[in-house]
Amino acid sequence: MIPILLIALISAVAQLFLPWWSIALVAFAYCFGRPGAGLPGAGTSWSGGRAFLASFVGVGLVWLAYAGWQHLQTGGVLTSRMSAVMKLPASAVYLLVITPLVGGLVAGFAGAAGYWVRQSVWPTVAVNP
Amino acid sequence: MRIGKALLFTVLTVGLIYGLNRNWGTVPAVGSLLSPFTGFWQNAETPDALRTQKLTIGGTQEPVEVVFDSLHIPHVFAKNEHDLFFAQGYLTAHDRLWQMEFQTHAAAGRLSEIVGERALELDRYNRRLGMGFAAEKSIAFMLSDSATKQVLLAYTAGVNAYIAGLKPANYPLEYKLLGYAPEPWQPIKCAYFLKYMSGVLALGADDLAMSAIQEKIGPAATRDLFPDYPAREDPIVPTGTKWDFLPVYYLKSPKNPVAGKGDFASVMPGFSWPRHDPSIGSNNWAVGAARSATGYPLLANDPHLTLSLPSIWYLIQLNAPGINVMGASMPGAPMVIGGFNQHIAWGVTNVGSDVLDFYKIKFKDNTRRQYWHDGQWKNVMRRVETLAVKGKPAVVDTVIYTHHGPVMYTPGQKSFSKNYPVGYALRWVVHDPANEMRCFYLLNKAKNHADYRAALVHYAAPAQNFVFADVNKDIAISPNGRFPLKKREQGKFLLDGTNPADDWLAYIPADQNPHVKNPPRGYVSSANQSPTDLTYPYYLDWQFAPPERGMRINQRLAAMPQTTVAQMSALQNDTYNIRANTLLPKLLAQLRSGTLLGPQKQALAALNAWHYEQSVTEAGPTIFAEWEKQFMEALWADDLPQADSLPKKLPSADRTLQLLTQTPDAPWVDDARTPARETLADLATRSFQTTVDTLTARHGAPGTAWQWATVKATQISHLARLDPFSALNVRVGGGGSVVNAITSKTGPSWRLVVALGPTPAGFAALPGGQSGNPGSHFYLNMLESWRKGQLTPLQFMPNAGAAGTSIRWTLN
Repeated sequence: MIPILLIALISAVAQLFLPWWSIALVAFAYCFGRPGAGLPGAGTSWSGGRAFLASFVGVGLVWLAYAGWQHLQTGGVLTSRMSAVMKLPASAVYLLVITPLVGGLVAGFAGAAGYWVRQSVWPTVAVNP
Repeated sequence: MRIGKALLFTVLTVGLIYGLNRNWGTVPAVGSLLSPFTGFWQNAETPDALRTQKLTIGGTQEPVEVVFDSLHIPHVFAKNEHDLFFAQGYLTAHDRLWQMEFQTHAAAGRLSEIVGERALELDRYNRRLGMGFAAEKSIAFMLSDSATKQVLLAYTAGVNAYIAGLKPANYPLEYKLLGYAPEPWQPIKCAYFLKYMSGVLALGADDLAMSAIQEKIGPAATRDLFPDYPAREDPIVPTGTKWDFLPVYYLKSPKNPVAGKGDFASVMPGFSWPRHDPSIGSNNWAVGAARSATGYPLLANDPHLTLSLPSIWYLIQLNAPGINVMGASMPGAPMVIGGFNQHIAWGVTNVGSDVLDFYKIKFKDNTRRQYWHDGQWKNVMRRVETLAVKGKPAVVDTVIYTHHGPVMYTPGQKSFSKNYPVGYALRWVVHDPANEMRCFYLLNKAKNHADYRAALVHYAAPAQNFVFADVNKDIAISPNGRFPLKKREQGKFLLDGTNPADDWLAYIPADQNPHVKNPPRGYVSSANQSPTDLTYPYYLDWQFAPPERGMRINQRLAAMPQTTVAQMSALQNDTYNIRANTLLPKLLAQLRSGTLLGPQKQALAALNAWHYEQSVTEAGPTIFAEWEKQFMEALWADDLPQADSLPKKLPSADRTLQLLTQTPDAPWVDDARTPARETLADLATRSFQTTVDTLTARHGAPGTAWQWATVKATQISHLARLDPFSALNVRVGGGGSVVNAITSKTGPSWRLVVALGPTPAGFAALPGGQSGNPGSHFYLNMLESWRKGQLTPLQFMPNAGAAGTSIRWTLN
């Protein structure tokens, strides 16, 4: 839970100043920097899969929340029009689903990459035989 | 293992970001587009997006107050003219940046930079038209005038101040979709914008079609079928008006070249670039004080254009010491183009005079360095055009210029447009330097008729009928612009580029352009028809728009002795079809109704029940429009050249009506392609059957699917052809030859009515809205009133009012 919240918070702040793909930098850095299971200060269940999931959910939530908020604030004036521009049915649902999915995937892969790079160069968990 | 996973996920991440961060052909960069921090989500606006604020942007000399009304129309109050036009540039960019840049890129032949290779031929065409050549000459001329120089530089600075404050996340949506960024504005872009409008309104050219016709049927028959003046006409300057000038001189009678065989066969079929669309016209009129219910003149204007989004016009009020004007501006040009101030009101419609001719060029050899003219070899000028293409190397194109103008396509090249012949130089009024900005500058500040006349002499192209009314109770109209001083019929056909007698030698003196002030009938009007009767001493063109709209307007105005604003508005929305009223009974009289079958009988019944109104639910207009087309085709097509490579040109509806009434046995009636001898009854019956068959194939059996608004399916297209940002199937009546000239794609680009008086009252309608942002609630909010034919009162504010009473910006 804490990794999700931290990734969400840090990526949200980063995106206020940096390009959209800074979500990948944040997820990578967080998952690179977070110590592995069994070490002091870390949870017991940190792994490559968890890194992916925390990054995916953390950034996906931010994108869903911010996009959803803008959608509601503006009365959805643009969402279904843009859906049609992207050759999808003219409904708000599609972009409200696809948007967090895209952000989440980029961050998820970056988080997994961060975890595995860390384990390669500076292992924090025991190497499996 | 770990290294493998590390590599795998790193490569996946980098690859995904790379893939999502760039355009793929027409697919935009999806990552940044979907990001709620930078993407399209940022372009969605709340209904109350505009908030009172103080903006510190730099560039103004003193603070400027901007008050936005409920329609998002800005009312600008500045302390000096520099700040006024700076603010206009800033505000226009705020609402229309992408549109103003896209249109000037189009005129400059730079669309390939944005959309890639698919725009290359269009770009090449605009370069070869000499758009850059013309804009460069015009801007130098405009900047040599201190008043227009200040206006243009201030406007430019205002646009650039807006661009400078723009973060990529706030770029207009189209930049994000097409994947590019706004570039700094320059004064020459204002000139490009004017050239763009000339490209829309002053590129009509039937010279090639007419020469091919003359080659096939001979000069006498050509003059018979394509006469130099219509049989029925109601000219803009009323018949019988005395000219208040002595003509400069007459040129000798015509000696147009008789073209030899094959001279125009070098045209290749190519892209279909729309020929000048005859349904693009406009209406304007002014009613004098004596015939007005208010005791002061009334003025109306609705310029018809190919309807597009973002809206073509941007409404604005501009107030500074010495100027207080309100009306419609065009994004890309400073000042108000049509509107009113405390003293006067004015509006424009297009003058379709012949300001474009083609000269056959005889080159010395294949190097094309010299051409023959006036008994000697003269050097060409070569202008190198470099076209940047997105994702590809730049294309270099050398265009040959003679003293006439550019040779658009040399033998061996393919013409982009069917009506532009290969091997000819283009002589176009738009190539000569002019300062239209000075005309608008003076009109914006004009106080009376003399000021209006003084403003008009600066205007060149595209030529317009400037209607005028003022608080001193004068009304006037002038078909105005630069008109070449021509021999009769000069340029009706292709011209000989070697003969100096065929050159344009001078322009008609500006103060001798047709004009009339306070005619006895008490009103003036124009609807693109012939500017004058045959007593005008100069030749302007052999054809103008058909007279029906003008005739209807004049009939209605003559029947309204105490005209009100409501009547002016009703007349703008008038859908009575005079052509149907005259032509349809003649066609019906010829129809062998006994031979008709099921759906044909139904269609005939619908026509018989129709009262010539082009209204939404009638089937009559649908059937008549198709029948008129089919009948014209049946009557004329067999007699005229039919090669696919040639542009098509048929005699006018006016000439057709003349044949029906006066010479029903003319040899033209017989279909030359059949052994039988056809009569008008044969043609009418056959074309009626074809009409019903065509409509049935397209829309099914006669019924609701044949309703006029359904078939016409008026659409207002987004400039980038994005349907979700367009208004499709707008359910509205009207038609090409009626006053409310809404066709499938063209129509009133805005409507204006002004009641002059001590405090002028303006009323307007706009097919769209003030904002160019598809994510704004002001993008299409005015469309419904426009569709219903309702006008909205304009708030002509005397001053910025008290703080806190409305949404206001202070620019510092």
